[in-house]
Amino acid sequence: MRTVSEDQLAVGTTLPELSVELTPTMIVSTALSTMDFTPVHHDVDRARAQGSTDIFLNILTTMGLVERYVTDWAGPEVLIRGINVKLGVPGYAGDTMTFTGSVLSERAGEFTVEVRGRVSLGDHVVGTVRFAIPVEFG
Amino acid sequence: MTAVTQETVHQLAERQIAVGEVRGTPAADPVNLPMIRHWTTAMGDANPVYTDEEYARGSVHGEIVAPPAMAQVWTMPGRGRDEKGGTPVDDVLAALDGSGYTGVVATNCEQTYHRYLRLGERLEPATRMTGFTGPKQTALGEGYFVTWNVSWYSSGEPVAEMLFRVLKFRPRERKPQSGSSQPYPLRPAVNRDTEFFWEGVRKGELRIQRCADCGELRHPPGPLCPKCRSVARTHVVACGEGEVFSFIVHHNPPVPGLETPFVVAVVQLPEGVRIVGNVVNCLTEEVSIGMPVRVRFVQMDDELTLPMWAPGGS
Repeated sequence: MRTVSEDQLAVGTTLPELSVELTPTMIVSTALSTMDFTPVHHDVDRARAQGSTDIFLNILTTMGLVERYVTDWAGPEVLIRGINVKLGVPGYAGDTMTFTGSVLSERAGEFTVEVRGRVSLGDHVVGTVRFAIPVEFG
Repeated sequence: MTAVTQETVHQLAERQIAVGEVRGTPAADPVNLPMIRHWTTAMGDANPVYTDEEYARGSVHGEIVAPPAMAQVWTMPGRGRDEKGGTPVDDVLAALDGSGYTGVVATNCEQTYHRYLRLGERLEPATRMTGFTGPKQTALGEGYFVTWNVSWYSSGEPVAEMLFRVLKFRPRERKPQSGSSQPYPLRPAVNRDTEFFWEGVRKGELRIQRCADCGELRHPPGPLCPKCRSVARTHVVACGEGEVFSFIVHHNPPVPGLETPFVVAVVQLPEGVRIVGNVVNCLTEEVSIGMPVRVRFVQMDDELTLPMWAPGGS
């Protein structure tokens, strides 16, 4: 597991795709690990009663997955500074989320990566992640 | 809660924005390894700086740190924990609920991490309401955008910030369906083979799968052309007319969301394929083999539209 160096981060560099299976176990375990006990994230009947087709991913998990997508690629020691996302269609159990991304910009040693997480209904999340490379890796 | 006017909800929002930052309940537990491990395992995040003590010691952090995206987790109320105090946003959301804006959907989440958190730090949240706009017409219905900011403090030092925006909307009136306002309980199976069909239905198009190589039309949709075995596929839009090839009148057993008796027909399309659907807008005894029918897109509830067939040709 290596952390990227700055010369590997040209603007326009694309990130490898990451697919995450949104199994019921995944939806439930991530929701509970983020301390989110809202029924729509673990109780199918309650989710359907609200007009959803199934239980769906909670936002704290979306943030966690976006962060993981970037550090899986950039390496364990990049310093995540911020995540800024627009939320779209729900990530329902049974669907697959596919992340794509590319390096958008670099300013004063801080990199911005554009990230998109798509499910079968469309974009679940679109946004940016900002990170810096520790000095010793620069 | 009684309904409030547009003006009073704006006044309430302005008052709550003026309140400024309100401290919330401190985290029940300090930043700790078991909760981090639970989170990283669920997320599938194998970054060793979060859980591997030896790796973390040799890393840029010098010790285990929490995943930045866990910032909000530390002060989540959890299950059954009594949340006293509340935030300046609560009254505004309640007022919107009371005026019929009962729907809620999050639209934006922006988090900024000033530094990584170490084990043992206990966070304290503080919330301020920062924005209120509306009413606006949105795809979900008329609604208000409500924005608030949360800052997390560790021993008085701000360590992370979040901007969160939700749309509180007035759910659209449901189309009356058998006098019931419940969502239609049955859902079609939508997968990679059939999603083009349901996308077409939403746009008022009856789509038929077509082999992109030999041009053979097929229905129901599938992954493989039965004629040339190609997996390349596209679709055409049917003219929407057909005739009843065969049908049954369903009396029993009861089907959730439908009133018996109803007609299920195999409809022969002029394009050459047959499709199964309900025949509506006529008495069951009026349906006959060879009867000309035309497709109707029937809205079953807020989300689901089904193609059905009604008497009448061109």
